[in-house]
Amino acid sequence: MALPPRLASTLEDLAFFTDRAERVQALVSVAERFRPVPTETAAPPYEEAHRVPGCESEAFVWVGEEGGGLRLDFAVLNPQGLSAMALAVVLKEGLEGEPAARAQDVPDEIVFELFGRELSMGKSLGLMNMVRAVKSGAARLA
Amino acid sequence: MALYDKAAGGYVNAEAVVSTDWVAEHLTDPAVRIVESNEDPLLYSSGHVPGAVEVDWTRDLNDPLMRDYLNRDGFSALMSRIGVARDTHVVFYGDRNNWWACYALWVFSLFGHPRMSVMDGGRIKWSQEGRPMTQERPVTLATDYEAPERDDRTERAFREDVLMLLADRGRLIDVRSPGEFKGDLVHMPDFPNEGALRGGHIPTAANVPWARAVDPESGCFLPAERLREIYEQGAGLQSGDDVVTYCRIGERSSHTWFVLRHLLGYPRVRNYDGSWTEWGNSVGVPIER
Repeated sequence: MALPPRLASTLEDLAFFTDRAERVQALVSVAERFRPVPTETAAPPYEEAHRVPGCESEAFVWVGEEGGGLRLDFAVLNPQGLSAMALAVVLKEGLEGEPAARAQDVPDEIVFELFGRELSMGKSLGLMNMVRAVKSGAARLA
Repeated sequence: MALYDKAAGGYVNAEAVVSTDWVAEHLTDPAVRIVESNEDPLLYSSGHVPGAVEVDWTRDLNDPLMRDYLNRDGFSALMSRIGVARDTHVVFYGDRNNWWACYALWVFSLFGHPRMSVMDGGRIKWSQEGRPMTQERPVTLATDYEAPERDDRTERAFREDVLMLLADRGRLIDVRSPGEFKGDLVHMPDFPNEGALRGGHIPTAANVPWARAVDPESGCFLPAERLREIYEQGAGLQSGDDVVTYCRIGERSSHTWFVLRHLLGYPRVRNYDGSWTEWGNSVGVPIER
């Protein structure tokens, strides 16, 4: 299955960076675009139902619909959770506005495409659980 | 300021921990090399202590093809690249309460680097104190570091060592979560099963989750008196014990190894990096639940 076009484009852009340091710097720039869930959607303390299980960065996900397409919001409570912030931006920018069913086209392993295979088990599973949380929420809408 | 300023913690090896104040005063000290080691691969590039170099636990410390650490040549090359000489004082810090900093320090210990410390409170304390961070990678003058052969005898335990320890009634500290220890889980809470066939713990092990050694508010190590309450009054250790720490793959347990070996000064503490992923799958070894 093909990735949603904006998500595919993000991955293509990152693939341009073959040097690890440059790629990491590009991901840092992505993470800097992270904005937490607006307070009109959710305010802390967030409901546990939105918590991403096993995410050490303490990420929360809200999946809704707006204008006939997906709307995604995230919170990352751990200020050191930069990878979680970067992934949240990639998912939000890549999936918002798409039909909810398109979220199922995102493989969990997108985490490794973004960050490489050199993640710890805990980090990789926490990030993959973010992807799964989005897909699970989108499945309920589709 | 004294070279080390953490004696107030009552640690046996007062040189093992330095404060953020101490690091701030030694940012340009040519005798000191600051090393950041994180779990999150983006953190260092997003900003780090000025002058700090990065040591990545997967790329820099592990052999890519064998489940083992880098060898003498690899360690010599790493140290030369990051500008460390044999007499350089290496100060580690990182994310997750210095979990990965302690892991890096433990690997460096296998090569007997003489002068090493951990910056108390780690990266988040430095950041929360509003101290300077930079994205600029330092230009380091390469050294010609000649490491000795890696010595796995004193700080590292293998499966056979643990079996001998059991026969000799040595002490084991399991630093995983209580659920993993009891065998209710074969992985960290909320994480999928990553392949251990059995749940439980190594017989006779005491369960002291690694993060108990850290003040949850400040991220700093607890003072020695509190640590003794946990490990001696609580888990029944004595300083003369032959102790092996373990977790899942030996990273969390390197934090506890550091606490026992350096902060409480136990002379005989080894980290079993095979840990539960090896023991829980091994044929012919006993477990308890």
